[in-house]
Amino acid sequence: MLTIRIIPCLDVDNGQVVKGTKFKELKYAGEPVELARQYYLEGADELTFLDIGASPREEVTVLDLVRKVAREIFIPLTVGGGIRSTEDIRKALKAGADKVAICTAALNNPELLSQGARQFGSQCIVLSIDAGFSGDTWYAFSHGGRKNTGKPAIEWALEGQALGAGEILLNSIDRDGTQDGYDLELLKEISSRVSIPVIASGGAGKLEHLADGITVGGADAILVASLLHYKQISIPEIKKYLEEKGVPVRC
Amino acid sequence: MTTGIIDYGGGNLYSVVNALDYLEMPARLVKNPEDMENIQRLIFPGVGSFAAAVNDLKRRELFTPIKTWIENNRPYLGICLGMQLLFARSSESPEARGFGVLAGRVEKFRTKRIPQIGWNRVSWVKENSLSSRLQGKPFFYFLHSYHVSEEQISAPWTLGLADYEGITYPAAIHLENLWGVQFHPEKSGWVGLQLLKNWLNWDGDRVVNYKNYSLPGC
Repeated sequence: MLTIRIIPCLDVDNGQVVKGTKFKELKYAGEPVELARQYYLEGADELTFLDIGASPREEVTVLDLVRKVAREIFIPLTVGGGIRSTEDIRKALKAGADKVAICTAALNNPELLSQGARQFGSQCIVLSIDAGFSGDTWYAFSHGGRKNTGKPAIEWALEGQALGAGEILLNSIDRDGTQDGYDLELLKEISSRVSIPVIASGGAGKLEHLADGITVGGADAILVASLLHYKQISIPEIKKYLEEKGVPVRC
Repeated sequence: MTTGIIDYGGGNLYSVVNALDYLEMPARLVKNPEDMENIQRLIFPGVGSFAAAVNDLKRRELFTPIKTWIENNRPYLGICLGMQLLFARSSESPEARGFGVLAGRVEKFRTKRIPQIGWNRVSWVKENSLSSRLQGKPFFYFLHSYHVSEEQISAPWTLGLADYEGITYPAAIHLENLWGVQFHPEKSGWVGLQLLKNWLNWDGDRVVNYKNYSLPGC
């Protein structure tokens, strides 16, 4: 039986792991290579590195980190942030990434998803959707959650799937870093209507939230950041809890 | 002992390169027929579509040399698409023909979620050198939409089975010097590294079976 994936997410800015709240107020959260190694040894099922690009000039890029990590960490690595062209995808894969997460660039140029899928395979194209509720429904936001594109998130998810995305990383802007729990309504809406796997992100603050994201929200994987970085909880604790709740996990 | 890693321009083979490097196994990329000289083993890590891989291999004049390598019973390990190409046909690309050295078909999952992405168990159906130190039903990382047909679960070459949403299919195969795995050992943590080590029959010093967590059921 396929197990639910626990994916630590390292938001990286100029070579350091940071974490914000609602995509703002960034705080230092650790050394990326050290954290990556720790999570790998603790049983992380994948790792995601998101370059949040807060610093205008970076001395250490996210690809430098991936290059280092890929030599000793043998689980799938996803890189996101600043992927704008098939050339960027090629560079990320060459650095050792297995997948790329694309957000703003896909909204600006949806063809990037189909070109990427054709050239490198759907399995390495993750459509990252920053979804925020506005008025009547959730919309896809671009530019790090700053700009509402006016495109309903569900429509964008279906369009992305049709263009060749192999997975959807669904971030709730409203819940990001709040630790109030995933936006379950949003998760349910998207996960029930697409056929590709959905990764839940944004808002997990305790173990119950993680289980809810899977059992109520229908997520196939969960992305975890603050909870782990601030040592509120460890990966073995998460897996033990989920297993007790009847959620299949890798041991 | 040098291992060749097929580079047909399509897949992401850097993880395999990194894994062999970590195991301190000499390896080199095979981009054209000349690169196949002076190698003793061949790994084919394939991703992408069946037809695209066949076309790329033909363009690089690698298709026939690889097929000959396999027919001569030289050591081959196909990963993911590299395993599927051992069959003649895949429903992914009805017009394309793979190496066709094993009888059987590759077909698309008829499941709710496609592709299968994540960690799943493999149950070995017989004793084998690949599973040494990997008893029980170890977890490996899977990433695929097509699989070897469930009609082949009792085939003499079926070595291990996986189950996805109720479909049981061959996830590892073995016939003399021919090996294939649907999962990605290079992305399956220490379990995958141990499997590669077993296949390479490599007694390097690198210890791979470590982890600092334990959970019930392991």
